[in-house]
Formats: sequence, structure tokens, C-alpha cells
Amino acid sequence: MNKSGRIGVIVAAAAAVVIVAASFVVYLLAYPPSVSAATGGSGEAEVTMQTVPAYNQEPEPTWVSYMIQQGGSWVHTTMFEVPAHTLVHFTVYQFDTGSPLRNPFMNQVAGTVGGTENIDGKDVSIFNGNEGDGIGHSFAIPALGVSVVFPGISANAQNPCSVPAPCPTTFDHTTITFTIQTGDPGTYAWQCFVPCGLGYPLGNGGPMSTLGYMNGFMKVVA
Amino acid sequence: MATDIAAPGVDTGGTPEPPSEARTRRWWRRSGLPAAVVGAVVGYLIGTYLGTWVGQDNQQVQGMGHNDFAVTLGYLGGTVGWLAGMGALTYPVQKMLGHQPAAEHEHERSLGRYFRYTLDHKVVGVQYLVAMISYFLVGGLFALAVRTELLSPTRHLFPPGKYLEIVGEHGTLMMMMMTSAILGPFGNYFVPLMIGSRRMAFPRLEALSFWLTPAAFLVLLSGLLIGGFPAGWTGYAPLSIQATQGQDAYLVAFGLMAISMIVGGFNIVVTVINYRAPGMTWTRIPLFTWSMLVTGMLMSLAAPVLVLGCYLSLMDRTVQTALFDVEHGGSPYLWENVFWFFGHPEVYILALPGFGIAAELLPVFTRKPAFGYRIVVAGMVGVGLLSFFVWQHHLFVSGINSDMRPVVMLTTEMISIPTGFIFLAAIGTLWRARIRLTVPMLFILGGLFNFLIGGISGVFLSDVPTDAVAHGSFFVMSHFHYTIMGGYMFFFFAGLYYWLPKMTGRMLNKRLGQVHFWTLFVFFNSTFLPLFAIGELGMPRRVFEYADSLQALNMWVSISAYLIGVSMLIFVYNFLKSTVIDPPSPLPANPWGSRGLEWFTSTPPAADNFERIPTVVSGPYEYGTGAGPMAVFRDEDLMQPEGVS
Amino acid sequence: MSSAGAPVDRAERTDREHVRRIGLIWLVLCVIALPLVYFVLGPHLPPGNDSYQAAAQQQDNAVLAAIATPVFLFIWVYIGYAVKNWRIPADTPLDQIQDGPAIRGHRGFQITWIAVTTVAVLGLFVFATVEMAVDYGAGTGSGTSPIWTPAGFSTSVKDSKLLQVQVIGQQWRWTYRFPQYDGVETADLVLPAGQQVQFNVTSLDVIHSFWAVNLGVKADANPGVNNIAFVETKAVGPVDIRCAELCGTYHGAMAQTGQVMTHQDFDTWIRGQVALHQDLIPQLPAYDDFYVPQTDGGYYDPSQDPPPPVDSGLPPASPSPSGSPAPSPSGTDTSSPSPSPTSS
Repeated sequence: MNKSGRIGVIVAAAAAVVIVAASFVVYLLAYPPSVSAATGGSGEAEVTMQTVPAYNQEPEPTWVSYMIQQGGSWVHTTMFEVPAHTLVHFTVYQFDTGSPLRNPFMNQVAGTVGGTENIDGKDVSIFNGNEGDGIGHSFAIPALGVSVVFPGISANAQNPCSVPAPCPTTFDHTTITFTIQTGDPGTYAWQCFVPCGLGYPLGNGGPMSTLGYMNGFMKVVA
Repeated sequence: MATDIAAPGVDTGGTPEPPSEARTRRWWRRSGLPAAVVGAVVGYLIGTYLGTWVGQDNQQVQGMGHNDFAVTLGYLGGTVGWLAGMGALTYPVQKMLGHQPAAEHEHERSLGRYFRYTLDHKVVGVQYLVAMISYFLVGGLFALAVRTELLSPTRHLFPPGKYLEIVGEHGTLMMMMMTSAILGPFGNYFVPLMIGSRRMAFPRLEALSFWLTPAAFLVLLSGLLIGGFPAGWTGYAPLSIQATQGQDAYLVAFGLMAISMIVGGFNIVVTVINYRAPGMTWTRIPLFTWSMLVTGMLMSLAAPVLVLGCYLSLMDRTVQTALFDVEHGGSPYLWENVFWFFGHPEVYILALPGFGIAAELLPVFTRKPAFGYRIVVAGMVGVGLLSFFVWQHHLFVSGINSDMRPVVMLTTEMISIPTGFIFLAAIGTLWRARIRLTVPMLFILGGLFNFLIGGISGVFLSDVPTDAVAHGSFFVMSHFHYTIMGGYMFFFFAGLYYWLPKMTGRMLNKRLGQVHFWTLFVFFNSTFLPLFAIGELGMPRRVFEYADSLQALNMWVSISAYLIGVSMLIFVYNFLKSTVIDPPSPLPANPWGSRGLEWFTSTPPAADNFERIPTVVSGPYEYGTGAGPMAVFRDEDLMQPEGVS
Repeated sequence: MSSAGAPVDRAERTDREHVRRIGLIWLVLCVIALPLVYFVLGPHLPPGNDSYQAAAQQQDNAVLAAIATPVFLFIWVYIGYAVKNWRIPADTPLDQIQDGPAIRGHRGFQITWIAVTTVAVLGLFVFATVEMAVDYGAGTGSGTSPIWTPAGFSTSVKDSKLLQVQVIGQQWRWTYRFPQYDGVETADLVLPAGQQVQFNVTSLDVIHSFWAVNLGVKADANPGVNNIAFVETKAVGPVDIRCAELCGTYHGAMAQTGQVMTHQDFDTWIRGQVALHQDLIPQLPAYDDFYVPQTDGGYYDPSQDPPPPVDSGLPPASPSPSGSPAPSPSGTDTSSPSPSPTSS
């Protein structure tokens, strides 16, 4: 092969390498979409979420997951934005059965306004996950000291959610509301602390370790 | 023994031999790369089907939604199919069935033999060279991605899970794939030439050791597409047991590379012991060959433990044995101990070939005998031996029996004594020398400079109180990058610039080589020197967030890292230009004026290396002693009374 | 006088002169650098001075740096000297290169080298071992049965005079339990100043590593293991806490800041925590050396296992894990008076 032929082959090979590398990079950069908190009355923000027992559709049908509501429709994401120095009201619909927490320390509510959460209409400051139906999922922002738990539905529930997520509220669920006061802008990691990765040893694999399912980022924007 | 491959029709320099039965088969029915790809796909599908069938009713599999049986068996099946298609299994299967194996012919001088399962150790050497450079560059790309993420402590480019996957891929590509970066290309190519042998002891094992590497590479990279592995290159359980399917890719790939190391190392050991030419006594063996011998022994002895570890982890992940699972009686220390029992000899597998190259090249470019030959050998053997007794220094803060720590601290500190012997030899060899600062020599000196920093920082890690600060931080990172990249890779480049004229008849461009060296040396140090400080100041490894106060240093390091990438591009350009693009220019057979036996063959060496096995009459480092050439090739020359030492 | 390819003309210098010149340059640089390294840089080396263990580590860093300095200088000076004085042009034609002197070895040099490196290594070993003994492991995680323990150490929490802090690593946060204060669990690490502290580090899931950077404490958190580390705090100030062992996705986010306070402030704080968590404490498991995780959450207590069948050859159900009273529904540990602060 003459010289220009050799150069041609090398350039073509280099181009192929660049394309493959670029595809990997694009694949690795993919984040779930970010949802902005809705603006409630008097400048306060609202975030509505749900936790489902199984996503029931590709790519991970058996994984538990969070969903966040944006403008009336549900988005499969765990990334959301809230304004700084604002009261943010969270409403969570919890559709999964429960179990005790690995660390019952988080039975006690922390970091919310009033130190309480409202479970199905009743304000509580501590929920004993070791008893009864246990805790389905939780929401904690360790860097801000926030931790709330979402009780599980009964194991004998008649009408558990079995459709592809998002679950409509016609299925059995518990409803939890709580409020936090945001501080300075920043990006804070949040996660569930129930070992809810079914099938994974210690329960912390799978959805628990994957962005977009059971952990995410809360971005406080100015 | 020599008759096995000296089948009828041996090519002695270009005469075409009559096509044999094996050659007349159509290209799609012959073993080779196309068949290997087909075999890999078929094997993968069979393995996946088998694994799905085995695991699909398993409760854990159903909960996870992923089937580790399918993934693991798919990868293993794909590897077996790949090797079968390549022709690696043909000879053993035929022998086992009692058939006379077909004569293998691979003496045609075409480009195609580099893509085949070849028994010529020189071809395997070149295959390894290209492969290792490719793996290195891919691993380097992952490193650049890591450094890009670390530009800012708060703005995140990659999702944290993906970032860990990238970190793991970088570390594993480098530590796993690059273990044979010197032994593969230069050990396989030059050990027979250096000891005056026509062939390797086990050519098929050698070829197997090479063809396992692309399989492992593809398995490892494909792990990214199925979720990656979050446990880094050290793969600690129980995190590795908890991880999703990408972890299987890591475990299978590491197991494959371990097998490659075992067979490759074993082959070299047997060759050096048994295939030395007459007169090649143990005190005349080149120091590079000594380093290959000790490295080969370490590979053969340490890598099986890694296979064990990977196998146990796969068992825990699939059939739910409880070896690493505390809730069912397993131990979190088990993996750490098994892995580091391999892992510590592994890093000496990385260090020793570099020492070998340094010891080999210094006499050539100083025109003096190797200073302290026996001490260097003792140092290499001592390092190899002691390396099995120090692994627990990776577990100093892990809560192991506290009686053990002073003992391991002692053995680890002691290993720095034989390690220092290479510096002793360098100093002695440089004394009153005739130093030529050729590009290989620049890389040797740069490598020694870097390895000194790496080695001394190792002393900080071997001391328990200072290890308390440094363990698990960027200090450790910088230590091993200095020893492995600053030492091993610099020596790799030295060997490359030095030996390429013998392998290909082309010399890399000198000017570009000097630019490559100086840019790499400067930017390497500017990248990794601040990392010592960053680690001591409290930044752990493998994190995507860090203290704001460390941002300036991290930005400096990241930009430096990009400049290392530029330096590597200069090297790649030089390499391609000099070996492929430019037409060949006439080159003397021995451009560096070395006494080594490998330089007294044709360029590139003939298929059987030497027409006649030489008789060695003096050592390779007899500069300044008035000794004649190292070996004689004709009986008449043996009669010469003078010039023989 | 020199032709192309001949060595740079130093032929009249003897070996002794070369040794003297190199030695002189080296000595001068050492005299300048060593005091700078040990006395100027030394007191500022990480991890600082916020605890006795951190101070010991800083001292060790300084000593090692001081020993490393002449080593570095020697190699750099030597190589620089060699390259400057003994160099010939790289493109010298091969037939014009003269070989150097055939020096294969030098017994004196080799023996000196081996002796010096051996003495240095053994000296460092002794120094570090003494430091570990004197500082009770020098801040490292010393396992379940540390061999060097401070006065007042006891394997039973009741009898211990040290402040017991259990550090629980989990994916992905730290929590802390104080068995001497009703076994209360807190999200923050607060310690009294001037106090001998015993960290009992464990994990609930995978391997983490508790790294209190400026206190000089680093101890791996292993599931099913109690990894003990000792530290004696000094003055009031913040504590940087990191996770030093890869534990999954948010390993990098397991960073927080603790606080060392005066004894009175610490007392106020801990009592406040007990009051805040008084409804929670009964729901926590009994304080124990470690808590074996279970897939569906909760804790595994082998003493609750049903006994094996009589003829199975298995031993009877094992007692509950080391050192703790049998778990009670109230989950409280028998409390002891708060540990006495050690003087300075």
C-alpha cells in the first residue's frame, strides 16, 4: 500500500476510535431529567413524589423507584430543583409494602419544619418501623440532616399497585407530607435508607445504588 | 522438541513453500480472526441461554431483574468460542482425540500472521506491543474523564454511579490489562533471542496468553454497557457481591487475564531455565532476562490466587455461597486477603520488568559493564520472594490482628532494601561512564527519577502511623502512579524506543522522541506531585466531591493530565509515522552498539532466530574489557584463543 | 585535546576527587534542606496537631521526610553530576565510541549501601513500632483486641474509663452511638476536648472507612467486626470526617464535619440528644459490638435461633455476640457514669 493509502487507513481507524469513544462518553453523561418544584401559594414550593414497588416497564421492570410529578404528569427521575431560603412542601404517595429499617435511628423524623411528618393525616415525630407494616421507603438528605420515613402498605393489602409506574392513587398507598426550609444554594445528594433493592445482597444494590431510582440530587437554586 | 514446529516446509528466509492441506481451506473455514468473532458470538449466545435456563427461577434473580448466571456464562462461553475460533483449542483437542495434529504453517511473511494464532514468539511479541499500547491509550481516556469530573468539587459532569464505573474501568484497564505490558511484547520477543534459543518452551501457551487479552478487554469494556462495576479495580467484597451485572464483567475479565499471566509467565520461566544456548551460564544471562524470569515466577505463583478470588466472588454472586456475606457467616476480610495476596506480588510484577529494562539499557548507553550484576539479581530475587510476605500492609487500618502489623511493617520496610539495589547498580554503572543521552536513555533516567519518588512515598505507606494519614487517599494514588506510570511505563517506552529497530527495522524519530519524553516527564510530575499533598490534606480516593479548599490543586492536576494526553498523542503520531507511514530507511543492524545477543540476528530476526544455535563465550555487559562478541556462530570461531573471556 | 566521541576531558580527576565533589555538593544541599524540611515544613505537615495521635503522625511524617531528603538529594546530585561530567554526544558514530572503565562492582560502596539502607529501615521500623505502642495504635483501627491500649481501657463498656463512641458506617452516611449515654444514636460526631476516646467502628453493610482527618483517626468499618481506634482529643475545634474506603455510589458524599467541644458543652449536647431521642432509644437495637445485617432490614441475633435438631451434630444455638448483655425490649445498655476527662 502506498503512503497515502496507509495514511488513509490510519485516519479512518482514528475516526472510528473517536466515534466509539464519543458514544461511550455520551452514554456515560446521561442524567435523568430534572424537575422543578411547583410554586405553591405565597412563594412556597411544592414537590410531589411517589414510590412504586416495581417499575414494571423497561429498562428495569422489577426495580423499586421514585417518580416525581411535573405539571400534573409523572417523570421517572430523582433530580429536582427547589428555590433557596424557601419553605418546600413535599407530598409523597407510597405504594410499596414495608420492612424494618436497617438502622432504626431513622425511625425518628429529622430536619423537617416542626420535626414531624404527616402520615395519612396524622402528625408524627417518630414511626416505629420494627412493628406493623414497617417502612416502605424513606427520604433523607444526610448533608442537611433531613430524614423522613414512608410507612409501607399492609402485606395483606387488597389492591397493591401492579401496573407500570406511575401508580394512580386508586391503588393502596400511604400519603405522607412534610415541609423543609431550604438554605443556601447548592447540590445535595438524597437517598432512600430502606434496603429495598430486592434480590441484591444487603438490599443496597440495584435501584438503591442507581441514580433515578432510589437516590438523586436536590438542587437548591438561588 | 524443535521438530514440532520445524515441520516440512520451514521457511528460512522467504522461499515460498508449497501450500499444505491447512492452507487450501477457504478463509472462512480456517481458524483466525473471523472465525474467532463468530465463535465468540456463538459461545456468548450458548452461555447466555444456559445461564438463563439455570438461573431464571431463582428468587434472587427474579428480584434483581438481572441474571448473573447468564452474564457470567455468556462471557465465559464467548471467550471459549473466541479461543476456539482462533485455533487455540485445535491442537489440544486433536491430541486428546488421538489424531495427528495438522502441521501448522505460519512462516509466510505477510501482515496476516499478526492476526492469527501463531507459534512464532516474535509475532506474539508484536501483537502484544500493539495491543498493550491500545489498552494503555483507552485506559488513559478514562483517566481524562476522571480528571474532568474532578475539576470541580460541586459541579458534577457524570452521575456518581457512572463516575465510579469510569474510575473502575480506568484502574482495571491499567492494572489488569497492562500487567504484561513489558513481559508481553519485550519478554516474549527478546527472551529467546537473549538466551540464544530458537523458540519458546510453550509457544501455544504464549499465543494463548496473548489471545486472552482482547477477550478480557472486550469483556471489561462491555461491562460499561450493562451497568459497570462500582467497586474499583480492587473489587472489595461485600460491595462487589451487592453490585449489578457489570461486576461479573470485571470478575470474568480479571480471571481471564490471570490465566493469561499464569501461562505467559510459566512459559518464560521454563524457557529461561531450559532453552539457554551452550555457554549461557546463569551469570551471563542478561539482567532483563533475569527480571523476566522472576516476573514469570511471580505471575505463576500469585495469579492463581486471583483466579480463586474471582471464582469465589462469582459463586457468591450467582449460587449464593456465603463466603463474603457476613449475615450468613462469611467474612469481609476474606476478599481483602485473597486479593492482596495476589495484589502485592502483582505490583512487583509491574516493577521488576522495569528494573530489568533499566539494568539492561544502562550498560549500553554508558559503555560500561553492569555494576553489581549479582547484587541486581539478588535484588530482583529478593523482591520477588519478599513480595509474598507483605500484602497485609494494604490492611493496616482494616482491623486485622494488631500483633501482625509490626511484623508486616518490618517485611514491607525490608523490601525497600532489595528494591534499592537497582539504584545501586544505576549509580555504579553511571560512574565515569560514557553517557549517551539517547531517547531510550532519557526514559531510563526519567524512570529512575520517578521511581525514586514512588519508592520513597512507599516508605510513608509502609509505616503504620503515616499510613493512617495516607491510606485510602490520593497519596496512595500518587505513590502507585509514580511507581507504575512513572517507573514501569517510562521503562516501557525506553524499551520500545530501544528495541523497535530490531523488531521492525524502523527507528522512532529522535526529535519527536525527545519532545515526547520531555513533555511526558514534565507533565507527569506536574500531575502527580500535587496529589501527594491533596491526599494528605484529606481527599479520599474515588470520590466525586471534595473539600472546596482543594479545588485549585485539583484543577491544576486535571489540566496537567490533559497535557499528558497531548504528550501521548505526540508519541502515537511518532509511532505511526515512523513504523507505518514513512517508507523504511536503511538502518544498521545494531544502531545502539549493544553487545546483547539479540542484536546479532537479522532485522527483523529470521523465523527460527538463529540458523545455528550460538555458543556463548562472554557476558552481555563486557564493555571496556576487550572481550569479543558475546557468542560465536561457527565452530571455527570457537578455536580463537584471544577475545574469549 | 578531545576528539569527537572522546569523553569530556576530566581524565585527570581521580575517583577520590569525584567522590569529594559529589559529597560536597550533596552535603551543602543537605545542610540547607534538612532543617527546612524538619523544622520549617515539619510543624505544618498533615494531619496537624488536633489530637495526640495526629501529632504523632505528623511527627512521623516529619521524620520520614527528613530521612528521605538526603536520599533524594544524593540520587539527584549524583545523576546530575554524572550527566554533566561523563557525557558524550548521543549521535557519536559507533566506531568512535570508547568504552568506559570496566568496573563491575565495588565492595566498599556496595557494603556501605546495604548497611546504610538496612540500618535506616530497621531504625524506622523500631521508631514506628514504638510510636504505635506509645500512642495506642497511633489513631489506626487496631481491630477487635488491640494490643496497646490506654489506661482505663476495658473490654466491657461498663468498666471502661474512656469515652466510648461507636461509629456506624452505612451506605451512605455515618451515625454515632454513645453506649455510656443510654445508647443514644446521633447523626453528628461531637467529642469533648482533652478526652481519651475509644472509637468502636463497625458497618451495617459493606466496608467503609472512618477517617477523622485532623484527629488522625482512620479505621475501616467492616460488617460484623468491631474495629477499635483510640484518640485523645486536645482543643476545641471542628473535625473533618470522610469515608476512606470505596463503598458504592455515594462514597464521596459520606463527608461531614464533627465538633470537639468543652466538657460542659459536650455534656449539654449529649443530654440534649438523649432528650430529643428518648422515644427513639427503645426502638434501637441493644448496643452491641456490631450488628449483623439482614437482607430485609432489622438485626440478626444468633441467640434467637431455634435450637438445631437433637441428632444433627450441630452445636446448640450460639450465645449472643461478644461482650454485651442479652438484648432486652427496652434496648438500653446499663449506663455507667460518664467517663472522667483525662488531664491534658
